[in-house]
This record gives sequence, structure tokens and C-alpha cells, in this order.
Amino acid sequence: MTASPAKTRITRILACTGAGILIGAVTLYLLLPIIALFFRTTPDLFIASLADPEVISALTLSLMTSIISLAVVIIVGTPFAYIHCRHQYPGKMVVDTIIDLPLVLPPAVAGLALLVLYGRAGLVGKYAALLGVPIAFTTIAVIMAQIFVASPFYLRQAKSLFDQLDPAYEMTARTLGASPARVFMQVVIPLTAGGLVSGAVMTFGRALGEFGATIMFAGNLPGVTQTMPLAVYVNMAGDFNAGLTISILLVLISFAIMIAVRLLARYEVSHA
Amino acid sequence: MLDATMNKKLRDFSLDLSLRAGPGEIVVLMGENGAGKSTALNIISGLVTPDTGSIRLDGSVLFDSGTSVDVPAENRRIGYVFQNSAVFPHIPVRDNIAFGLRAQHKSPVFIREHVGHWLKVMGLEDIADVKAGNLSGGQKQRVALARALATGPALLMLDEPFTALDAENIRRVKELTRTFVTEMAIPCLVVTHRISDCRDIGDRMYMINRGIRGWEGRPGDEPGCTCRNDSR
Repeated sequence: MTASPAKTRITRILACTGAGILIGAVTLYLLLPIIALFFRTTPDLFIASLADPEVISALTLSLMTSIISLAVVIIVGTPFAYIHCRHQYPGKMVVDTIIDLPLVLPPAVAGLALLVLYGRAGLVGKYAALLGVPIAFTTIAVIMAQIFVASPFYLRQAKSLFDQLDPAYEMTARTLGASPARVFMQVVIPLTAGGLVSGAVMTFGRALGEFGATIMFAGNLPGVTQTMPLAVYVNMAGDFNAGLTISILLVLISFAIMIAVRLLARYEVSHA
Repeated sequence: MLDATMNKKLRDFSLDLSLRAGPGEIVVLMGENGAGKSTALNIISGLVTPDTGSIRLDGSVLFDSGTSVDVPAENRRIGYVFQNSAVFPHIPVRDNIAFGLRAQHKSPVFIREHVGHWLKVMGLEDIADVKAGNLSGGQKQRVALARALATGPALLMLDEPFTALDAENIRRVKELTRTFVTEMAIPCLVVTHRISDCRDIGDRMYMINRGIRGWEGRPGDEPGCTCRNDSR
């Protein structure tokens, strides 16, 4: 027995309506709070707040520390991920787990752990303080917290790309006379560049938005450790417009990051 | 002249081979998948280190477990074409062929002339500036062959070079291989699991089974085997 055409049509309409409501509800749930931020201020107030020294200071510090963190992650993380993928060594699985740990660790716990190790009374921090190089509650601490929390985004992406890359490319390049360094720079990096850049962009975004580990380990000193997310938190009880302006800037940067990742994904080299 | 003996413990069996190939001679290693043929090529090229053995090419010692000589892969002067051709997809055909010459720090003038020569003899001039990732299987294999030969290797090795090609391209790659191996008077090792390839291109063949060398002789003289009637 088959259903009548009218009944089939009604079922289809109901299914489409249900799917539409579900997609709309999820999208609105994620989007409405963001839109609300824009409606809470005016263009004039937004522009005026952009000139606020506190906003400029937080913006500058955030961008500077995030760029440095990203540079460190790329310079150290790329060869690390490559060596990790291409070689078997004792404890490799443990290292794999440790790389992912910051992703599931609450950032506040990460900050506390960094403080316990690098603080004035910490295992490493006390020696650093003796040498006149305090780490905790300095800009260095901001960078260290960002690296700790954001690096897994890059490392996971790099590992995945190197794992997927056919070793025949590297083997061919070696037999053609290329040194391991040349193989890495002229074959491995270009073939994985698109994915590496999108991993770097995600890492930058995570570093820029870092809050919990930073406030625990670096504190909240304007001009020294007060990054944009910390300035938003402080201004909740102070200059609300400044907080809104910084929040909107963070939203715009995040949006740009997501667009960049999507565009870069299109330009990945096919290895087929 | 290639003269190699090698022993290496693999997961399921021990590879225990001795191979010889003379100038201008094409020696085919034939056997089932997983018999150890590709591992033998990887050992000769220096990409895998054997447990024991010795590898000599044109009188030079490339590996000797007795005297701990182990020349790195990049210094062995061996042209190696992999099954999937492994052309670098992100750079044009011209740069693929020039890759080895640049790695050897040849002069720009030498590279330009040499690459031009190989583009011409391999029939790749029309696609010289096309990114290698956009080529057909047959074109990729010709680029891989040109790239391997352009460095002036002392030995050419091809690992299952005909697997992904149609009949016309198989014929063409076989002809090119024969021509240049003869012209350059270098030994050549070809790995295949098809008896038809052995008969078409091989001067001599080794049957490999679970890492051990079996029958050796001229293709066509091999004792009756299940592969005898295999054809494309």
C-alpha cells in the first residue's frame, strides 16, 4: 500500500519545516549574542572608544603577544611535529597525549600550573628570579600562557598533515640529491603549506582570545599583561563602552580568522 | 655495475638477497606483493638501512656493514622512480626536472640547457610550465623518469612503474626506459609483479618470494608459474 500524493506532500513540507526550524534555532542561538553586542553601542561611541588609551594598550599588547606566540609555535612546532610523525621513539604515545592535554585542561588550571612552576617560589621561577629575570606577572608570562593554551591547535594540524603526506615525495627528493633540510623546506612545507597556515590562523585566534591562563599566571597589569579579553573583564565594572569596543574588535578579528581559514582550505595542494 | 647483498629482518620474514646488474642491463625483480622487492630498492637507494650486507656501485662502496660505510641517500647517485611517480604537484614540470640538478648546485645555465634537453627527449615541451599535479598518469611517469635521469644517475630503479598506466603509456615508458638505459650504459632495476613486464623490458629477472631470491634467468625461460599467463 502506498501513501497518497497529498499525504506525501504534507510529510515533505513538515520535514522541511522541522529542518528549517532546527537550522534556524541553532544559527540564531550562536549569532544573536554577537549581534546584540553591535546593537549595544553606536558607531560614534565605538569610534570614540577606539581612541581610549586603555583600548589601544590592550589591543597592542594582545596583537604583539599573539604574534610572538604564533611565531614561537610555528618555528618550534613545525619541525617538532614533523620529527614526531616521521620517527618512532619510546614514549611517542605519551607525547601525543601531552600535546593534546591543553585542549581539555581548564585554562585556569593551566595558568595555575604555569604559576607553580615559573612563579617566584616555583621550581624554575625561583632561579629565574635570582638571575633577575622574573617570569610570572610579566609580558613573557602572557606569551607563555598563550603558547601553552594555543599550541595544540597548530601541532594537531601539522601532525595530521605530515601523517597524510605520502613519504614517496620525501624519498624521491632524497634520492635526487636533496639534503633532509632541503627536502623539508622545498617539498614538505610547500605541500602542506595551506593546512599549516590555517592551523596557524586558528592558533593566533586562540592566543588572542586567551583569558584564564593569562589572568592566573600573568595577572592583569595595564600595558604589561592586560590583554584584550582581560580588558573586557575589567571594564565590565568600569568603562562599559570600552569593554564593548574591545569585544566588537575581537568578534571582527575572529570573523576574519574564520573566513581566512575557509579561503586557505581551498588552496591546499592536492597530493593525488 | 651494481653488486648488492643485503639482509634485513622484516615483520613477517627476513629479506636475504644478492643482486647484480651490469651497465645497460635491465634486471627485473618479480614477485607477489609484499615479497620484499620494494624494500630491496629502498635499501639500495639508502632510504632503508639493512642489518648486514654490502652495496657497491661502479666500484664505489655505498654500504658495508663490515666497515660501517653508509653513504646517505642523497649522495648515492641513484635515480629512483616510485610507483605513484611522486612528481612534486606544487611546481611545474620544468622545476620537477630541475629539482635534482638544483640540489646538486649546478649552474643556472647548465640547468636550463639540461632541463630543455630532457623536456624534448621525453616529449614534455608542451607541458613544461604546467604544474605537475595537473598531469595525467602517463605524463607524470615520464616527468618522474626525466627527473630521475636528468641528474646523471649511476643506477636507475623503477618500482612498479606501469601499474597506473594505460597500454599506450606502458609501451611508451618501457621504450623510453630501454632507450636511456642503453644510451647512458647504466644498470637498471625494475620491480614488477607482472610477467608481461618482465618479458617486455627485462634482460634478466630474479623471482623473489618472501625475501628470498628464487629462480634467476632470462625472461621467457622461467619455469612454469602461475604468473606465466598473466597479461594486461
